[in-house]
Amino acid sequence: MTARILWTHVGALAALLAAHVLLPAYHHGNLARIMVLAIYATGYNIAFGYTGLLSLGHALFFGAGLYAAGLTAYYTGLPGWLALLAGPVAGGAVALALGSFALRTAGVAFMIVTLMFAQAFHLAILYLGRWTRGDEGLVIARASRQLFGLDLADGSVRFLVAWALFALTMVAALIIARSGLGRVMVAMRENEERSRMLGYDPYMTKLIALGLSGAMSGLAGGAYALLFGYVGASLASVQYSILPLLYVLLGGAGTVLGPLIGTVAMFYLIDLASNVTDAHQLVTGAALVLLILFAPRGILGSIRDRFARWIP
Amino acid sequence: MDSMTLLETHDLTRHFDGIRAVDGVDLSLRQGEIHALIGPNGAGKTTLVSLLSGRIRAQSGRILFQGRDITAMPAHRRVRLGIAYTFQITQIYRALTVFDNVALAVQWQRPANAAAMVMEALERVGLQAERDAIAGTLSYGHQRLLELAMGLALNPRLLILDEPTQGLAESEIARFDAIVRSVVPQATVLLIEHNMDVVMRLAQRITVLDLGRVLATGTPEEIRANRAVQAAYLGE
Repeated sequence: MTARILWTHVGALAALLAAHVLLPAYHHGNLARIMVLAIYATGYNIAFGYTGLLSLGHALFFGAGLYAAGLTAYYTGLPGWLALLAGPVAGGAVALALGSFALRTAGVAFMIVTLMFAQAFHLAILYLGRWTRGDEGLVIARASRQLFGLDLADGSVRFLVAWALFALTMVAALIIARSGLGRVMVAMRENEERSRMLGYDPYMTKLIALGLSGAMSGLAGGAYALLFGYVGASLASVQYSILPLLYVLLGGAGTVLGPLIGTVAMFYLIDLASNVTDAHQLVTGAALVLLILFAPRGILGSIRDRFARWIP
Repeated sequence: MDSMTLLETHDLTRHFDGIRAVDGVDLSLRQGEIHALIGPNGAGKTTLVSLLSGRIRAQSGRILFQGRDITAMPAHRRVRLGIAYTFQITQIYRALTVFDNVALAVQWQRPANAAAMVMEALERVGLQAERDAIAGTLSYGHQRLLELAMGLALNPRLLILDEPTQGLAESEIARFDAIVRSVVPQATVLLIEHNMDVVMRLAQRITVLDLGRVLATGTPEEIRANRAVQAAYLGE
Protein backbone atom coordinates (compact mmCIF):
# COMPACT_ATOMS: atom_id res chain seq x y z
CA MET A 1 0.00 0.00 0.00
CA THR A 2 1.45 3.33 -0.98
CA ALA A 3 2.22 5.76 1.82
CA ARG A 4 -0.14 8.52 0.70
CA ILE A 5 -3.11 6.13 0.62
CA LEU A 6 -2.26 4.94 4.12
CA TRP A 7 -1.78 8.46 5.47
CA THR A 8 -4.95 9.80 3.87
CA HIS A 9 -7.04 7.21 5.66
CA VAL A 10 -5.15 7.33 8.93
CA GLY A 11 -5.49 11.12 8.75
CA ALA A 12 -9.26 10.86 8.33
CA LEU A 13 -9.53 8.61 11.36
CA ALA A 14 -7.25 10.92 13.39
CA ALA A 15 -9.40 13.92 12.44
CA LEU A 16 -12.51 12.11 13.69
CA LEU A 17 -10.72 11.30 16.93
CA ALA A 18 -9.58 14.90 17.31
CA ALA A 19 -13.20 15.98 16.89
CA HIS A 20 -13.92 14.07 20.10
CA VAL A 21 -12.03 16.67 22.14
CA LEU A 22 -12.67 19.68 19.93
CA LEU A 23 -16.38 19.56 19.11
CA PRO A 24 -19.10 21.16 21.26
CA ALA A 25 -21.62 18.75 22.79
CA TYR A 26 -24.30 19.07 20.11
CA HIS A 27 -22.00 18.29 17.19
CA HIS A 28 -20.18 15.66 19.26
CA GLY A 29 -23.47 13.78 19.64
CA ASN A 30 -24.23 14.22 15.95
CA LEU A 31 -20.86 12.88 14.90
CA ALA A 32 -21.31 9.68 16.94
CA ARG A 33 -24.54 9.05 15.02
CA ILE A 34 -22.91 10.04 11.73
CA MET A 35 -20.10 7.53 12.24
CA VAL A 36 -22.61 4.72 12.82
CA LEU A 37 -24.51 5.75 9.69
CA ALA A 38 -21.17 5.98 7.85
CA ILE A 39 -20.55 2.32 8.72
CA TYR A 40 -23.86 1.61 7.03
CA ALA A 41 -22.93 3.75 4.02
CA THR A 42 -19.52 2.03 3.78
CA GLY A 43 -21.31 -1.32 3.68
CA TYR A 44 -23.75 -0.07 1.06
CA ASN A 45 -20.81 1.18 -1.00
CA ILE A 46 -19.29 -2.32 -1.18
CA ALA A 47 -22.40 -3.53 -3.03
CA PHE A 48 -23.35 -0.39 -4.94
CA GLY A 49 -20.14 1.59 -5.35
CA TYR A 50 -17.69 -1.21 -6.06
CA THR A 51 -19.81 -4.06 -7.41
CA GLY A 52 -22.54 -2.01 -9.12
CA LEU A 53 -25.44 -3.68 -7.29
CA LEU A 54 -28.14 -1.04 -6.97
CA SER A 55 -30.11 -2.34 -3.99
CA LEU A 56 -33.19 -0.57 -2.69
CA GLY A 57 -33.52 -2.96 0.22
CA HIS A 58 -30.49 -2.47 2.45
CA ALA A 59 -32.80 -1.45 5.31
CA LEU A 60 -33.38 -5.19 5.52
CA PHE A 61 -29.74 -5.80 6.45
CA PHE A 62 -29.50 -2.72 8.68
CA GLY A 63 -32.78 -3.73 10.31
CA ALA A 64 -31.69 -7.36 10.73
CA GLY A 65 -28.60 -6.16 12.63
CA LEU A 66 -30.62 -3.62 14.58
CA TYR A 67 -33.16 -6.18 15.77
CA ALA A 68 -30.68 -9.03 16.24
CA ALA A 69 -28.62 -6.86 18.60
CA GLY A 70 -31.56 -4.95 20.07
CA LEU A 71 -33.76 -7.94 20.88
CA THR A 72 -30.77 -9.84 22.30
CA ALA A 73 -29.96 -6.94 24.61
CA TYR A 74 -33.60 -6.30 25.50
CA TYR A 75 -34.80 -9.84 26.16
CA THR A 76 -31.71 -11.81 27.21
CA GLY A 77 -29.03 -11.28 29.78
CA LEU A 78 -26.29 -12.12 27.28
CA PRO A 79 -23.18 -9.92 27.36
CA GLY A 80 -23.08 -6.77 25.25
CA TRP A 81 -20.36 -7.95 22.88
CA LEU A 82 -22.50 -10.94 21.94
CA ALA A 83 -25.48 -8.67 21.21
CA LEU A 84 -23.23 -6.44 19.11
CA LEU A 85 -21.79 -9.43 17.26
CA ALA A 86 -25.31 -10.61 16.47
CA GLY A 87 -25.65 -7.49 14.27
CA PRO A 88 -23.11 -8.28 11.52
CA VAL A 89 -23.86 -12.01 11.71
CA ALA A 90 -27.58 -11.39 11.13
CA GLY A 91 -26.96 -8.75 8.46
CA GLY A 92 -24.49 -10.96 6.60
CA ALA A 93 -26.65 -14.10 6.83
CA VAL A 94 -29.78 -12.30 5.61
CA ALA A 95 -27.81 -10.72 2.76
CA LEU A 96 -26.47 -14.12 1.65
CA ALA A 97 -29.95 -15.65 1.86
CA LEU A 98 -31.57 -12.84 -0.12
CA GLY A 99 -28.65 -12.66 -2.54
CA SER A 100 -28.78 -16.38 -3.29
CA PHE A 101 -31.94 -15.81 -5.31
CA ALA A 102 -32.16 -12.01 -5.82
CA LEU A 103 -28.81 -12.12 -7.67
CA ARG A 104 -30.41 -14.25 -10.36
CA THR A 105 -31.96 -10.93 -11.40
CA ALA A 106 -30.18 -7.73 -12.38
CA GLY A 107 -30.89 -4.05 -12.92
CA VAL A 108 -34.47 -2.92 -12.31
CA ALA A 109 -35.63 -6.41 -11.33
CA PHE A 110 -32.92 -6.56 -8.64
CA MET A 111 -34.03 -3.17 -7.33
CA ILE A 112 -37.63 -4.35 -7.09
CA VAL A 113 -36.82 -7.71 -5.47
CA THR A 114 -34.61 -6.11 -2.81
CA LEU A 115 -37.16 -3.35 -2.15
CA MET A 116 -39.93 -5.90 -1.83
CA PHE A 117 -38.13 -8.06 0.72
CA ALA A 118 -37.11 -5.06 2.78
CA GLN A 119 -40.74 -3.92 2.83
CA ALA A 120 -41.86 -7.41 3.83
CA PHE A 121 -39.38 -7.28 6.74
CA HIS A 122 -40.63 -3.85 7.78
CA LEU A 123 -44.23 -5.11 7.77
CA ALA A 124 -43.19 -8.24 9.68
CA ILE A 125 -41.76 -6.07 12.45
CA LEU A 126 -45.06 -4.23 12.70
CA TYR A 127 -46.97 -7.52 12.59
CA LEU A 128 -44.86 -8.97 15.41
CA GLY A 129 -45.66 -5.96 17.57
CA ARG A 130 -46.11 -8.15 20.62
CA TRP A 131 -42.34 -8.54 20.75
CA THR A 132 -41.09 -5.55 18.78
CA ARG A 133 -43.71 -2.95 19.78
CA GLY A 134 -43.73 -1.87 16.13
CA ASP A 135 -43.28 1.82 15.38
CA GLU A 136 -43.23 2.73 19.04
CA GLY A 137 -40.20 0.50 19.42
CA LEU A 138 -38.18 -0.70 22.36
CA VAL A 139 -35.99 1.38 24.60
CA ILE A 140 -33.03 -0.70 25.78
CA ALA A 141 -32.17 -0.15 29.42
CA ARG A 142 -28.80 1.28 30.33
CA ALA A 143 -27.93 -1.90 32.23
CA SER A 144 -28.23 -3.92 29.01
CA ARG A 145 -25.93 -1.58 27.09
CA GLN A 146 -22.55 -2.54 28.52
CA LEU A 147 -19.58 -3.53 26.40
CA PHE A 148 -16.65 -5.06 28.30
CA GLY A 149 -17.55 -2.90 31.30
CA LEU A 150 -17.97 0.24 29.20
CA ASP A 151 -21.25 2.13 29.63
CA LEU A 152 -22.49 2.77 26.09
CA ALA A 153 -25.08 5.25 27.34
CA ASP A 154 -22.24 7.61 28.27
CA GLY A 155 -21.71 10.20 25.51
CA SER A 156 -17.95 9.98 25.57
CA VAL A 157 -17.81 6.19 25.52
CA ARG A 158 -20.46 6.11 22.80
CA PHE A 159 -18.38 8.40 20.59
CA LEU A 160 -15.22 6.35 21.04
CA VAL A 161 -16.95 3.02 20.43
CA ALA A 162 -18.64 4.44 17.31
CA TRP A 163 -15.22 5.68 16.19
CA ALA A 164 -13.58 2.30 16.79
CA LEU A 165 -16.30 0.43 14.89
CA PHE A 166 -16.14 2.92 12.02
CA ALA A 167 -12.35 2.63 11.92
CA LEU A 168 -12.65 -1.16 11.77
CA THR A 169 -15.17 -0.95 8.93
CA MET A 170 -13.18 1.61 6.99
CA VAL A 171 -9.97 -0.41 7.22
CA ALA A 172 -11.91 -3.50 6.10
CA ALA A 173 -13.31 -1.55 3.15
CA LEU A 174 -9.84 -0.32 2.24
CA ILE A 175 -8.44 -3.83 2.35
CA ILE A 176 -11.32 -5.18 0.25
CA ALA A 177 -11.02 -2.35 -2.28
CA ARG A 178 -7.32 -3.03 -2.80
CA SER A 179 -7.56 -6.83 -2.81
CA GLY A 180 -7.95 -9.17 -5.74
CA LEU A 181 -11.59 -9.59 -4.78
CA GLY A 182 -12.07 -5.81 -4.89
CA ARG A 183 -10.63 -5.64 -8.39
CA VAL A 184 -12.96 -8.40 -9.58
CA MET A 185 -15.92 -6.60 -7.95
CA VAL A 186 -15.08 -3.46 -9.93
CA ALA A 187 -14.63 -5.61 -13.05
CA MET A 188 -18.17 -6.97 -12.59
CA ARG A 189 -19.50 -3.44 -12.23
CA GLU A 190 -17.67 -2.24 -15.33
CA ASN A 191 -18.41 -5.20 -17.62
CA GLU A 192 -19.93 -8.41 -16.33
CA GLU A 193 -19.77 -10.39 -19.58
CA ARG A 194 -16.13 -9.48 -20.11
CA SER A 195 -15.34 -10.56 -16.54
CA ARG A 196 -17.08 -13.89 -16.99
CA MET A 197 -15.00 -14.52 -20.10
CA LEU A 198 -11.83 -13.75 -18.13
CA GLY A 199 -12.67 -16.62 -15.78
CA TYR A 200 -14.62 -15.00 -12.95
CA ASP A 201 -17.97 -16.23 -11.67
CA PRO A 202 -20.35 -13.23 -11.67
CA TYR A 203 -22.85 -14.85 -9.32
CA MET A 204 -20.30 -15.81 -6.65
CA THR A 205 -18.50 -12.48 -6.83
CA LYS A 206 -21.74 -10.56 -6.34
CA LEU A 207 -22.92 -12.91 -3.60
CA ILE A 208 -19.69 -12.42 -1.62
CA ALA A 209 -19.90 -8.65 -2.12
CA LEU A 210 -23.51 -8.58 -0.97
CA GLY A 211 -22.66 -10.74 2.06
CA LEU A 212 -19.84 -8.37 3.10
CA SER A 213 -22.10 -5.39 2.45
CA GLY A 214 -24.88 -6.96 4.52
CA ALA A 215 -22.49 -7.76 7.40
CA MET A 216 -21.30 -4.14 7.53
CA SER A 217 -24.87 -2.87 7.33
CA GLY A 218 -25.83 -5.27 10.11
CA LEU A 219 -22.91 -4.04 12.22
CA ALA A 220 -24.19 -0.49 11.78
CA GLY A 221 -27.68 -1.61 12.81
CA GLY A 222 -26.36 -3.47 15.86
CA ALA A 223 -24.19 -0.52 16.87
CA TYR A 224 -27.17 1.80 16.47
CA ALA A 225 -29.32 -0.33 18.79
CA LEU A 226 -26.72 -0.56 21.55
CA LEU A 227 -25.22 2.93 21.32
CA PHE A 228 -28.49 4.84 21.10
CA GLY A 229 -30.61 2.37 23.04
CA TYR A 230 -33.57 2.41 20.72
CA VAL A 231 -34.94 -0.14 18.28
CA GLY A 232 -38.00 0.76 16.19
CA ALA A 233 -39.69 -0.21 12.95
CA SER A 234 -39.09 3.21 11.35
CA LEU A 235 -35.36 2.38 11.33
CA ALA A 236 -36.13 -0.51 8.96
CA SER A 237 -38.45 1.50 6.71
CA VAL A 238 -37.81 2.27 3.05
CA GLN A 239 -36.28 5.59 4.06
CA TYR A 240 -33.37 3.66 5.55
CA SER A 241 -32.82 1.91 2.23
CA ILE A 242 -32.61 5.23 0.40
CA LEU A 243 -30.39 7.07 2.89
CA PRO A 244 -27.20 5.06 2.33
CA LEU A 245 -27.70 5.42 -1.42
CA LEU A 246 -27.84 9.20 -0.98
CA TYR A 247 -24.80 9.22 1.31
CA VAL A 248 -22.77 7.17 -1.15
CA LEU A 249 -23.86 9.16 -4.21
CA LEU A 250 -23.06 12.43 -2.48
CA GLY A 251 -19.70 11.33 -1.10
CA GLY A 252 -18.55 9.37 -4.13
CA ALA A 253 -19.50 5.81 -5.07
CA GLY A 254 -16.59 3.40 -5.24
CA THR A 255 -14.29 5.39 -2.97
CA VAL A 256 -13.31 4.28 0.55
CA LEU A 257 -13.79 7.67 2.23
CA GLY A 258 -16.72 8.80 0.11
CA PRO A 259 -19.41 7.22 2.33
CA LEU A 260 -18.12 9.11 5.40
CA ILE A 261 -17.92 12.41 3.52
CA GLY A 262 -21.38 11.88 2.06
CA THR A 263 -22.91 10.96 5.42
CA VAL A 264 -21.47 14.06 7.12
CA ALA A 265 -22.60 16.32 4.28
CA MET A 266 -26.10 14.87 3.97
CA PHE A 267 -26.63 14.73 7.74
CA TYR A 268 -25.82 18.42 8.15
CA LEU A 269 -27.72 19.37 5.01
CA ILE A 270 -30.85 17.79 6.49
CA ASP A 271 -30.05 19.26 9.93
CA LEU A 272 -29.66 22.80 8.56
CA ALA A 273 -32.67 22.48 6.29
CA SER A 274 -34.90 21.35 9.16
CA ASN A 275 -33.98 24.53 11.05
CA VAL A 276 -35.29 26.60 8.17
CA THR A 277 -38.25 24.64 6.86
CA ASP A 278 -40.44 21.64 7.55
CA ALA A 279 -39.97 20.59 3.95
CA HIS A 280 -36.40 19.40 4.53
CA GLN A 281 -36.98 16.43 2.24
CA LEU A 282 -37.44 18.93 -0.58
CA VAL A 283 -33.97 20.26 0.16
CA THR A 284 -32.59 16.73 0.12
CA GLY A 285 -34.27 16.10 -3.22
CA ALA A 286 -32.97 19.33 -4.71
CA ALA A 287 -29.46 18.51 -3.49
CA LEU A 288 -29.68 15.12 -5.17
CA VAL A 289 -30.84 16.61 -8.49
CA LEU A 290 -28.00 19.16 -8.43
CA LEU A 291 -25.56 16.39 -7.60
CA ILE A 292 -26.65 14.20 -10.51
CA LEU A 293 -26.54 17.18 -12.87
CA PHE A 294 -23.21 18.68 -11.89
CA ALA A 295 -21.19 16.10 -10.00
CA PRO A 296 -22.53 12.61 -10.78
CA ARG A 297 -19.37 11.04 -9.32
CA GLY A 298 -19.99 12.68 -5.92
CA ILE A 299 -17.64 14.82 -3.86
CA LEU A 300 -14.67 12.48 -3.56
CA GLY A 301 -15.34 10.89 -6.96
CA SER A 302 -15.04 14.31 -8.62
CA ILE A 303 -11.84 15.07 -6.73
CA ARG A 304 -10.43 11.73 -7.79
CA ASP A 305 -11.33 12.27 -11.45
CA ARG A 306 -9.73 15.71 -11.56
CA PHE A 307 -6.81 15.72 -9.19
CA ALA A 308 -5.94 12.42 -7.60
CA ARG A 309 -6.50 9.19 -9.50
CA TRP A 310 -4.69 7.25 -6.81
CA ILE A 311 -7.54 7.57 -4.28
CA PRO A 312 -8.89 4.07 -3.68
CA MET B 1 -10.57 -39.10 -29.75
CA ASP B 2 -6.87 -39.33 -30.58
CA SER B 3 -4.21 -37.48 -28.66
CA MET B 4 -3.87 -34.85 -31.38
CA THR B 5 -7.43 -33.66 -30.91
CA LEU B 6 -7.94 -30.72 -28.54
CA LEU B 7 -11.66 -30.19 -28.86
CA GLU B 8 -14.49 -31.99 -30.57
CA THR B 9 -18.24 -31.62 -30.76
CA HIS B 10 -20.80 -34.30 -31.47
CA ASP B 11 -24.16 -33.42 -32.97
CA LEU B 12 -24.07 -30.03 -31.28
CA THR B 13 -27.40 -28.24 -31.61
CA ARG B 14 -28.90 -24.92 -30.61
CA HIS B 15 -32.14 -23.52 -32.03
CA PHE B 16 -33.62 -20.09 -31.38
CA ASP B 17 -37.42 -20.03 -31.71
CA GLY B 18 -37.31 -22.52 -34.53
CA ILE B 19 -34.28 -20.98 -36.24
CA ARG B 20 -31.64 -23.68 -36.50
CA ALA B 21 -28.65 -21.54 -35.56
CA VAL B 22 -26.45 -24.56 -34.92
CA ASP B 23 -27.87 -27.81 -36.19
CA GLY B 24 -26.02 -31.03 -35.46
CA VAL B 25 -22.44 -29.84 -35.82
CA ASP B 26 -19.50 -32.25 -35.59
CA LEU B 27 -16.32 -30.23 -35.32
CA SER B 28 -12.81 -31.34 -34.44
CA LEU B 29 -9.89 -29.06 -33.60
CA ARG B 30 -6.36 -30.43 -33.65
CA GLN B 31 -3.73 -29.54 -31.13
CA GLY B 32 -1.71 -26.54 -32.34
CA GLU B 33 -3.54 -25.69 -35.56
CA ILE B 34 -5.08 -22.49 -36.80
CA HIS B 35 -8.59 -23.51 -37.75
CA ALA B 36 -10.80 -21.02 -39.55
CA LEU B 37 -14.57 -21.00 -39.34
CA ILE B 38 -16.18 -19.34 -42.31
CA GLY B 39 -19.66 -19.04 -43.76
CA PRO B 40 -22.20 -16.47 -44.89
CA ASN B 41 -23.83 -14.08 -42.40
CA GLY B 42 -26.30 -15.97 -40.26
CA ALA B 43 -24.57 -19.31 -40.84
CA GLY B 44 -24.28 -19.83 -37.08
CA LYS B 45 -20.58 -19.12 -36.61
CA THR B 46 -20.92 -16.90 -33.55
CA THR B 47 -23.55 -19.20 -32.04
CA LEU B 48 -21.22 -22.17 -32.50
CA VAL B 49 -18.27 -20.51 -30.76
CA SER B 50 -20.61 -19.22 -28.06
CA LEU B 51 -21.53 -22.85 -27.41
CA LEU B 52 -17.85 -23.81 -27.28
CA SER B 53 -16.99 -20.98 -24.86
CA GLY B 54 -20.09 -21.60 -22.75
CA ARG B 55 -21.68 -18.18 -23.28
CA ILE B 56 -24.82 -20.03 -24.32
CA ARG B 57 -25.93 -23.55 -23.50
CA ALA B 58 -26.30 -26.37 -25.98
CA GLN B 59 -29.74 -27.90 -26.48
CA SER B 60 -28.30 -31.25 -27.36
CA GLY B 61 -25.04 -32.83 -28.38
CA ARG B 62 -21.70 -32.92 -26.59
CA ILE B 63 -18.52 -30.88 -26.36
CA LEU B 64 -15.27 -32.65 -25.41
CA PHE B 65 -12.19 -30.62 -24.48
CA GLN B 66 -8.98 -32.60 -23.97
CA GLY B 67 -11.18 -35.66 -23.70
CA ARG B 68 -13.33 -34.19 -20.97
CA ASP B 69 -17.06 -33.52 -21.39
CA ILE B 70 -17.58 -29.80 -20.81
CA THR B 71 -21.07 -29.49 -22.31
CA ALA B 72 -22.62 -28.38 -19.00
CA MET B 73 -19.64 -26.44 -17.64
CA PRO B 74 -20.20 -22.72 -16.97
CA ALA B 75 -18.25 -20.28 -19.13
CA HIS B 76 -15.94 -18.93 -16.41
CA ARG B 77 -14.74 -22.43 -15.59
CA ARG B 78 -14.06 -23.21 -19.23
CA VAL B 79 -11.87 -20.10 -19.34
CA ARG B 80 -9.84 -21.43 -16.43
CA LEU B 81 -9.61 -24.78 -18.20
CA GLY B 82 -8.00 -23.01 -21.17
CA ILE B 83 -10.74 -21.86 -23.55
CA ALA B 84 -10.40 -18.12 -24.17
CA TYR B 85 -12.88 -16.13 -26.22
CA THR B 86 -12.31 -12.70 -27.71
CA PHE B 87 -15.45 -10.85 -28.56
CA GLN B 88 -16.69 -9.85 -31.99
CA ILE B 89 -17.75 -6.50 -30.52
CA THR B 90 -14.85 -5.23 -28.45
CA GLN B 91 -15.40 -5.90 -24.76
CA ILE B 92 -12.86 -4.12 -22.62
CA TYR B 93 -13.04 -2.23 -19.33
CA ARG B 94 -13.25 1.23 -20.84
CA ALA B 95 -12.79 3.06 -17.52
CA LEU B 96 -9.70 1.09 -16.44
CA THR B 97 -6.12 1.46 -17.62
CA VAL B 98 -4.72 -0.80 -20.32
CA PHE B 99 -2.52 -2.45 -17.69
CA ASP B 100 -5.44 -3.13 -15.34
CA ASN B 101 -7.48 -4.63 -18.18
CA VAL B 102 -4.83 -7.25 -18.83
CA ALA B 103 -4.08 -7.67 -15.10
CA LEU B 104 -7.61 -9.01 -14.63
CA ALA B 105 -6.86 -11.76 -17.14
CA VAL B 106 -3.74 -12.68 -15.18
CA GLN B 107 -4.97 -12.33 -11.58
CA TRP B 108 -6.62 -15.73 -11.06
CA GLN B 109 -3.61 -17.56 -12.46
CA ARG B 110 -1.62 -16.29 -9.44
CA PRO B 111 1.71 -16.13 -11.27
CA ALA B 112 4.94 -15.39 -9.41
CA ASN B 113 5.32 -12.11 -11.27
CA ALA B 114 1.94 -10.85 -12.44
CA ALA B 115 3.22 -7.48 -13.67
CA ALA B 116 5.79 -9.16 -15.91
CA MET B 117 3.10 -11.42 -17.36
CA VAL B 118 0.87 -8.42 -18.09
CA MET B 119 3.72 -6.56 -19.79
CA GLU B 120 4.64 -9.63 -21.82
CA ALA B 121 1.08 -9.82 -23.20
CA LEU B 122 1.11 -6.09 -23.95
CA GLU B 123 4.46 -6.39 -25.72
CA ARG B 124 3.18 -9.22 -27.91
CA VAL B 125 0.49 -6.90 -29.30
CA GLY B 126 2.72 -3.81 -29.19
CA LEU B 127 0.76 -1.85 -26.61
CA GLN B 128 3.45 -1.65 -23.92
CA ALA B 129 3.77 2.12 -24.34
CA GLU B 130 0.03 2.56 -23.68
CA ARG B 131 0.07 0.70 -20.37
CA ASP B 132 -1.19 3.66 -18.30
CA ALA B 133 -3.72 4.93 -20.84
CA ILE B 134 -7.43 4.65 -20.05
CA ALA B 135 -8.66 1.85 -22.30
CA GLY B 136 -11.69 3.78 -23.53
CA THR B 137 -9.45 6.51 -24.96
CA LEU B 138 -7.52 4.15 -27.25
CA SER B 139 -8.14 4.12 -30.99
CA TYR B 140 -10.44 1.38 -32.28
CA GLY B 141 -7.54 -0.65 -33.64
CA HIS B 142 -5.69 -0.48 -30.34
CA GLN B 143 -8.81 -1.52 -28.46
CA ARG B 144 -8.98 -4.63 -30.68
CA LEU B 145 -5.33 -5.33 -29.86
CA LEU B 146 -6.05 -4.87 -26.15
CA GLU B 147 -8.85 -7.40 -26.42
CA LEU B 148 -6.38 -9.77 -28.07
CA ALA B 149 -3.81 -9.11 -25.33
CA MET B 150 -6.37 -10.11 -22.70
CA GLY B 151 -6.97 -13.35 -24.59
CA LEU B 152 -3.23 -14.05 -24.80
CA ALA B 153 -2.73 -13.24 -21.10
CA LEU B 154 -5.24 -15.94 -20.19
CA ASN B 155 -2.61 -18.37 -21.44
CA PRO B 156 -5.23 -20.47 -23.22
CA ARG B 157 -5.01 -23.93 -24.77
CA LEU B 158 -7.65 -22.78 -27.26
CA LEU B 159 -7.98 -19.17 -28.37
CA ILE B 160 -11.27 -18.36 -30.10
CA LEU B 161 -11.11 -15.16 -32.15
CA ASP B 162 -14.47 -13.84 -33.32
CA GLU B 163 -13.89 -11.60 -36.38
CA PRO B 164 -10.73 -10.07 -34.93
CA THR B 165 -9.75 -8.06 -38.02
CA GLN B 166 -13.15 -6.41 -38.47
CA GLY B 167 -12.60 -2.67 -38.93
CA LEU B 168 -8.79 -2.89 -38.86
CA ALA B 169 -6.54 -1.15 -41.38
CA GLU B 170 -4.27 -3.25 -43.65
CA SER B 171 -1.17 -2.39 -41.63
CA GLU B 172 -2.88 -3.47 -38.44
CA ILE B 173 -3.98 -6.74 -40.06
CA ALA B 174 -0.35 -7.55 -40.90
CA ARG B 175 0.57 -7.17 -37.23
CA PHE B 176 -2.43 -9.29 -36.30
CA ASP B 177 -1.28 -12.10 -38.62
CA ALA B 178 2.05 -12.27 -36.84
CA ILE B 179 0.45 -12.35 -33.42
CA VAL B 180 -1.89 -15.21 -34.34
CA ARG B 181 0.99 -17.20 -35.83
CA SER B 182 2.92 -16.74 -32.59
CA VAL B 183 0.16 -18.48 -30.62
CA VAL B 184 0.57 -21.81 -32.40
CA PRO B 185 1.69 -24.55 -32.05
CA GLN B 186 1.72 -24.25 -28.24
CA ALA B 187 -1.98 -23.42 -28.34
CA THR B 188 -4.77 -23.80 -30.88
CA VAL B 189 -6.61 -20.98 -32.63
CA LEU B 190 -10.20 -21.05 -33.83
CA LEU B 191 -10.68 -18.08 -36.09
CA ILE B 192 -13.98 -16.69 -37.34
CA GLU B 193 -13.10 -14.42 -40.20
CA HIS B 194 -14.74 -12.77 -43.18
CA ASN B 195 -11.52 -11.54 -44.74
CA MET B 196 -10.66 -14.43 -47.11
CA ASP B 197 -7.09 -13.24 -47.60
CA VAL B 198 -6.49 -13.55 -43.86
CA VAL B 199 -8.16 -16.98 -43.76
CA MET B 200 -6.17 -18.38 -46.67
CA ARG B 201 -2.91 -16.97 -45.29
CA LEU B 202 -3.32 -18.22 -41.74
CA ALA B 203 -5.51 -21.31 -41.60
CA GLN B 204 -4.21 -24.85 -41.81
CA ARG B 205 -7.77 -26.13 -41.90
CA ILE B 206 -11.10 -24.49 -42.65
CA THR B 207 -14.62 -25.45 -41.67
CA VAL B 208 -17.43 -23.95 -43.73
CA LEU B 209 -20.74 -23.46 -41.98
CA ASP B 210 -24.03 -22.82 -43.74
CA LEU B 211 -27.51 -22.66 -42.19
CA GLY B 212 -26.15 -24.09 -38.96
CA ARG B 213 -24.58 -27.15 -40.60
CA VAL B 214 -21.05 -28.07 -41.59
CA LEU B 215 -20.81 -27.82 -45.35
CA ALA B 216 -17.18 -28.89 -45.60
CA THR B 217 -13.95 -29.20 -43.65
CA GLY B 218 -10.49 -29.30 -45.16
CA THR B 219 -7.29 -27.53 -46.09
CA PRO B 220 -7.54 -24.12 -47.81
CA GLU B 221 -6.88 -25.84 -51.17
CA GLU B 222 -9.62 -28.41 -50.63
CA ILE B 223 -12.10 -25.73 -49.57
CA ARG B 224 -11.25 -23.60 -52.58
CA ALA B 225 -11.88 -26.59 -54.85
CA ASN B 226 -15.11 -27.67 -53.16
CA ARG B 227 -18.10 -27.10 -55.45
CA ALA B 228 -20.69 -26.95 -52.71
CA VAL B 229 -18.69 -24.26 -50.95
CA GLN B 230 -18.28 -22.33 -54.14
CA ALA B 231 -22.02 -22.39 -54.70
CA ALA B 232 -22.98 -21.47 -51.17
CA TYR B 233 -20.34 -19.01 -50.21
CA LEU B 234 -17.34 -18.15 -52.22
CA GLY B 235 -19.52 -17.14 -55.14
CA GLU B 236 -16.93 -18.14 -57.70
